[in-house]
Amino acid sequence: MSTDSVMSACGVLTVASPAAMLVALAAPALAMRSLSEHAIMRCVKMGVIVGLCSTLALAALMIVTHSPHVTVDLGKWVDLPEDGFHFTFKLIFDQLSTPFVVLTYLLCGTISAFASSYLHREPGFLRFFVCYALFLLGMVLAVAAGTIESLFTGWELVGLSSALLVGFFHDRADPVRNALRVWIVYRIADAAFLVAEVVLHHLTGAGDFDRMVGFGVWPGGTVDLTPGQALFAGSLLLVAAAGKSALVPFSGWLPRAMEGPTPSSAIFYGALSVHLGAFLLLRVSPVVQASLLLQVIVVTLGITTAIYAALTSRVQSDIKSSLAFASLSQVGIIVAEIGLGFHYLPLVHMIGHACLRTLQLLRAPSLLADYRQLENAFGGRYSQAASWSKLVPESLRGVAYRWAFERGYLDTFLYDWIARPTLKFFRWQQRREDKWTAWLTGTTSNSATTASGGVTDEIA
Amino acid sequence: MTLFPWLELAVVAPLLGVLVTLRRGDADISRNRRLVVSGFTLFCAIAAWLQFTLWPDTIAVSIGHKLLGFTPLELTQISAPLVPLTALLHFLTLLATLRTKMKRLAYGRVLFSETIQLATLASTSPVVVALLLAIGVAPAYEDLRARKAPTRMFGLFMGIYVALLLVGTLLGHSAWSGIRGGEAWHSVAGLMLIGAVLVRNGMVPFHTWMPHYVEHAAFGQAILFITPMIGAYAAVVLVLPIASEWQLRVMALLSLFTAAYAAGMSLVQTDPRRMFAYLFLSNSSMVLVGFELATPIGMTGALCLWISASLALTGFGLTIRAVEARLGSISLREFQGLYEHAPMLGVFFLLTGLASIGFPGTIGFVGAELLVEGVMETLPITGMAIVLAGALNGIAVMQAYFRIFTGKRRSVTISINTRWQEQVAIVTLALLIIGGGIYPQPGLMSRRRAVNEIHTTRIAAPPSEPAEASMWQLFPPLNPHSKTSPVSGRKS
Repeated sequence: MSTDSVMSACGVLTVASPAAMLVALAAPALAMRSLSEHAIMRCVKMGVIVGLCSTLALAALMIVTHSPHVTVDLGKWVDLPEDGFHFTFKLIFDQLSTPFVVLTYLLCGTISAFASSYLHREPGFLRFFVCYALFLLGMVLAVAAGTIESLFTGWELVGLSSALLVGFFHDRADPVRNALRVWIVYRIADAAFLVAEVVLHHLTGAGDFDRMVGFGVWPGGTVDLTPGQALFAGSLLLVAAAGKSALVPFSGWLPRAMEGPTPSSAIFYGALSVHLGAFLLLRVSPVVQASLLLQVIVVTLGITTAIYAALTSRVQSDIKSSLAFASLSQVGIIVAEIGLGFHYLPLVHMIGHACLRTLQLLRAPSLLADYRQLENAFGGRYSQAASWSKLVPESLRGVAYRWAFERGYLDTFLYDWIARPTLKFFRWQQRREDKWTAWLTGTTSNSATTASGGVTDEIA
Repeated sequence: MTLFPWLELAVVAPLLGVLVTLRRGDADISRNRRLVVSGFTLFCAIAAWLQFTLWPDTIAVSIGHKLLGFTPLELTQISAPLVPLTALLHFLTLLATLRTKMKRLAYGRVLFSETIQLATLASTSPVVVALLLAIGVAPAYEDLRARKAPTRMFGLFMGIYVALLLVGTLLGHSAWSGIRGGEAWHSVAGLMLIGAVLVRNGMVPFHTWMPHYVEHAAFGQAILFITPMIGAYAAVVLVLPIASEWQLRVMALLSLFTAAYAAGMSLVQTDPRRMFAYLFLSNSSMVLVGFELATPIGMTGALCLWISASLALTGFGLTIRAVEARLGSISLREFQGLYEHAPMLGVFFLLTGLASIGFPGTIGFVGAELLVEGVMETLPITGMAIVLAGALNGIAVMQAYFRIFTGKRRSVTISINTRWQEQVAIVTLALLIIGGGIYPQPGLMSRRRAVNEIHTTRIAAPPSEPAEASMWQLFPPLNPHSKTSPVSGRKS
């Protein structure tokens, strides 16, 4: 067996193991069979270990054989020969994707071990791990994707599993409301991604990354787009990334996502999912660098997000929200680094940050105990008073505090300027339709179907 | 080679079932008999489809041809998978009807409607298709009348539809049209038929009958009247062969608008049935958009979406019906918290909803991708409405899922979990939705062949340069020689 075929087999296993895990967990549920916690955990362990080992083996072979770019071509998934149209199922393992896949498996493995205790005897134990498997599959697929369709598939799976896990404790209304908010932002990001995908297809006539967003091995690829074309396509990708990584103005969903169980908060919104937008920008970095204006926009957005999140995180009243915004400030810096043209720096930053934030979020439930331990060691109260805040004039402190506490009024802004006018329009249309129907049928108007205070207020 | 007349049997079998319904007796036994008839119809439809796929050129020697001297019913590339699909939707709907709802659903009308729909799909003569389409409205109207529900709106819109359909067919497709001749007649006929298709498919501003009908009819009957998308077949057989480019373009723009508008309207509904109706409207509009833009990839996407949306939305509707059978009429204004007691329904609701929006891994994904690609190639700016519609539909589906299945702890005194009949229907549809999503190639190739068939029927002038294509001229492709069709390919 040649080295290439071993590497291909490892690459396939990397994606196949979470897929098999998902089938093993979901199929019995579809057949109305229940699985014991022990069986679920055995299945999860097996999936993670096989996936991690195959990725590590692949990474080792890449180093030994000096192959920085391994492509695993699994053939055409969809093919219309008459139109020269096809979706190729291809995986790319390079200096960007391989470390990220290893990180994904390591963190997911850690979280699964933590969750097995944390969610012990929870009624939704199986549901959690089905969503977990869906997330792992989506994440690995998105990171190792060799075509933009594969990335989009993984991207969507991550979004769905994230939304369902935010609403994990679904016998209460608040988690569900927050899950819907997360889903709405993700759908907007997905729409932007889809349009960007079509635009890039048109511009490059290709769907494969190695042709679409840079000829050459990452990070040395160059893209054959004019600055105007790069700005157009790149801006759409930036909107997609902003939605997924909670950059300004979409930041409001991130603290809401903390409504889910702590293990999923740690892995999704502290470590992996929140970095997926930044990862996308890093993957298409040749497009970003093809337009100076786009670079400026990316850097500005990154810095704005970092400052916003840094200020906001300081005044949050619960630890998970505080950590969410702290995480966001780092993501903002990572995005700025990408805009400045760095490659390895944001990659290392992402990996280090993901590990740190996972640890912090997993320790969050025992924060008070940790503080007590610290204070015992200090022999007194642990003060967090920041000296720099004294530099801000007294009159501004209250305003700044309120602004940060209300999370920059971003949610209010999006509601007032986008959600409310949209809903108002469709409610108005509904009333008109009701009147028209009433006139035609000779009955009374049925405007109760859309009275305010209904389901649409969830969106608000 | 003489082939067995499976298709004729599939069309006639439900009529025999109608006779069964006339016999009075034990309700359970009658129900089982009707199910057997519907199952047999499905079996015949699948056999006819397989026969067509394996021996596509042997229609002329079928028994029907030998007896009558002509072929009354025949499958084409377009209709071949649609016939078993329609039979399957009817069978699963009847199967999933709980005993408590048996009296609500008029089995005789459902089976009669199945015969008419199957005959419509198995006919290629425009005149016969138009007649069958007109007759197909009768069971739905009779259902409303029998339930003492308001019929005026449905009657008015369907009256206009039938009038436009029959007169348009007479002018555009009959021998009489040849006698009168002239482009003017064709133009008028095209407009009338487009009007008929717009009304039947519920395009804005002719859409209000559909939510109203779904709200008041027996839900099972309503699902079966709309989800097979017989109106789209009318567009293929009656409109596409004679409509001019500008007529199709106007129709495409109206359909695009409807897709986005209906998606937005589905967000503000508090009745699940109305929400379902708007979701369906949005999807059926997308199918029409693909036809009317007449690009190979867009059309292939539309034909794929036709099948996927029919399957997915039937499943979606059946889930809402199952929920109503347990809780009565519900409002999306309040959380219902049903997941804990009927998790399978919850999972299936989500699965079918996601399939209807073309979520990756489901049967709708490839169709939706192709459609977006085709539409945006022709209408790069207004075509974005289809992406917007997809996003809004996704929000509406998830919102409805959360409202019906989560949000509160519900206590029940009896088990409200799914019954085995519902489970069979759910698992069958789930397997088709996921299987079609994982392995879409055979279905895709079949739809691509259907596109070739549609193109041979077009007698209008070849497509002109789309008005909005000028936007793409700002961003010309870098390697234009890589393109082999009017639509950009994705080449490795």
